[in-house]
Amino acid sequence: MGIVISTEHLSKQFSKRNAPLVLDDLSLSIPGGILYGLVGPDGAGKTTTLRILSSVMLPTGGTATVMGYDTRKNPDLIHKQIGYMPQNFSLYPDLSVGENLNFFADIQQLPSSRKPARISEMLRFTRLEEFKSRRAGTLSGGMKKKLALACALVHEPQLLILDEPSTGVDPVSRREFWVILAEVVQHGVTVVVSTPYMDEAERCHQVSFLSHGKIMATGTPNELISALPFNILELKASPRKKMRQIVGETQGILEWRPVGDTLRLAVPNNGATEQTMVSLQQRLDQEKMRVSLLRKSRPSMEDVFVHLVNTQRGQV
Amino acid sequence: MNRLWTIMRKEIFHIWRDPRTLAMIVVLPALLLLLLGFGISFEQQSVKMAVADFSKTDASRRLIEKFTASNDFIYQYDVLDEEALIDLINQDLVDVGILIPENYDRDLLSGTQANIPIYIDGSMQPTDALTIQLKLNSITSIVAQDILIQKVQKSGLATSIEMPVSGILRTLYNPNGDSKLYMIPGLIAILLQIQTLILSALAIVREREQGTMEQLIVTPVRSWELMLGKILPYLIVCIFNLFALLWLSQLFFGVTVAGNLGVLIGLSIFFMLGSLGMGVLISTISQSQMQAMYILMFVVLVPAIILSGLMFSRENMPPFTYWFSELLPVTQYLEITRGIMVRGVEASSLFLSSTLPLIVLSIGYFVASFLVFRKRI
Repeated sequence: MGIVISTEHLSKQFSKRNAPLVLDDLSLSIPGGILYGLVGPDGAGKTTTLRILSSVMLPTGGTATVMGYDTRKNPDLIHKQIGYMPQNFSLYPDLSVGENLNFFADIQQLPSSRKPARISEMLRFTRLEEFKSRRAGTLSGGMKKKLALACALVHEPQLLILDEPSTGVDPVSRREFWVILAEVVQHGVTVVVSTPYMDEAERCHQVSFLSHGKIMATGTPNELISALPFNILELKASPRKKMRQIVGETQGILEWRPVGDTLRLAVPNNGATEQTMVSLQQRLDQEKMRVSLLRKSRPSMEDVFVHLVNTQRGQV
Repeated sequence: MNRLWTIMRKEIFHIWRDPRTLAMIVVLPALLLLLLGFGISFEQQSVKMAVADFSKTDASRRLIEKFTASNDFIYQYDVLDEEALIDLINQDLVDVGILIPENYDRDLLSGTQANIPIYIDGSMQPTDALTIQLKLNSITSIVAQDILIQKVQKSGLATSIEMPVSGILRTLYNPNGDSKLYMIPGLIAILLQIQTLILSALAIVREREQGTMEQLIVTPVRSWELMLGKILPYLIVCIFNLFALLWLSQLFFGVTVAGNLGVLIGLSIFFMLGSLGMGVLISTISQSQMQAMYILMFVVLVPAIILSGLMFSRENMPPFTYWFSELLPVTQYLEITRGIMVRGVEASSLFLSSTLPLIVLSIGYFVASFLVFRKRI
């Protein structure tokens, strides 16, 4: 499958007078058939980007092409081929699960011969069969998201755009939701998803980091991680106050941050990593610290995220 | 067409699903018609009157009798001086005070003009005050006339005297001066205006607040399908309301449709579509239900109640107010309901004054709402 979404120099400004750009010269190219993640902090412009791609909102400048159509000129042709799930619950709370699905199937003009089969397929797929006659307003947060997914998928779109689908959902439901998403991708649907969670970013085939309306980096999670100019050391020792002091005094540590009672240290990956580890070990021994953990660790997407945000702050 | 039906069916679901709202939509206009119908069409009661009779003669008692004879005035208080008379008016215990001077009888006999001070409470509604003034004036003229005739007869100039001019009044349409006949058709128009406007304005703005508008935008549904799909179920509700209101008017107030019922219903549908369109227009320019409520209350409904001619005559309004009220379809519709229900006229006789403006305004608001309604956020 070729390129499904491409944008050129997309920009968006909300009010006319000197407002900051929500999107700033955004150029993207998303190939078909993958699970694509748009990652970034709150207020980065994720929702705006997805709204423009879904042709719900018009950009201030630049163009966006989705499924081969310009979002400005052919919104109707795009709408026929995509499923869109807004960030907030956007179904009818006074209609039942089944009625909501029925409504969206009808409004999307799913042929009536396909409809019953497709709706039960969607109910089974999202594990909502037993809740078919429950009113949507009474569902739990996770079930609402699954129903919204089912409604967005009921007309068999080629492209699915999801805006923070797992925000406000408990971890078990979140995991279940991502398992379902993976199945959707397996069926050949391109999925574009925005998320502020780094563990979810790691599940994507391709990720773009968005911050202040700009793309900071794009690539597979592995590419992004290996592009980092540092390695990560994990350190756990007590007393903790002393540990922090030692880490602060040791040469060759770029930055560090605590994760639980462990410290994650960023050390340059120019070959000096081993040396830093050795000197750190020596200092800890000197001070007679109880070291329960000192090891090299794989950088996570969270490290990528923190690094990119810090780099951008340094630039500004 | 299928999508239009889908939207309509969903909207009907929304209405059915919420029994409390459904009950309000159906019952409240009817209750309001009864409340206002009995309340506003209150007949003009007898005016309470106090008299300070300094004369205390047969002549003065005859004068008082003239006032009380028609039941327009009730002789409520008998006071001894002018101060007490004005006190009663101050306390709002009476509306009219008559002071008959001590020399009333003598003046009559001597042929000098007898001046009778009459006090009227001017703080009441101006039209009521005017009516009372007219009644008082005509009674005093009749009294003066009678005395004049007696004098002429006594003087032997003529044995019997006929008044040279006598107006013969024939009141058309509402011979008994029943104010219900005037108020009820107007109330029906106003109630339908409130109903149509609130229903359509809130139906669309709710979709926006709920976030479902965003979801609808990414479907192939067209703007006109969405709009019409939301409006038509409410049109059905309002037609039901119209029949209920007409039935209640007949049942409780004896007000029937004197003219052609079919024409009334046809024009009512025009009015409803225009008003529903106006509601869509309001909800398109509002971001929240709060804003929509404000616009529809302050820009349309309150002016509709006060300026449409329901209670106050529009003839003497300054041009700006007059033309503002002309732009409210309810002003035209009110003329039509009164025309058809009370006078039983054909729509064609109101054609230029009301029917044509109503149709033009309704189509105007409806088309404007189509043009303004956008499928974007």
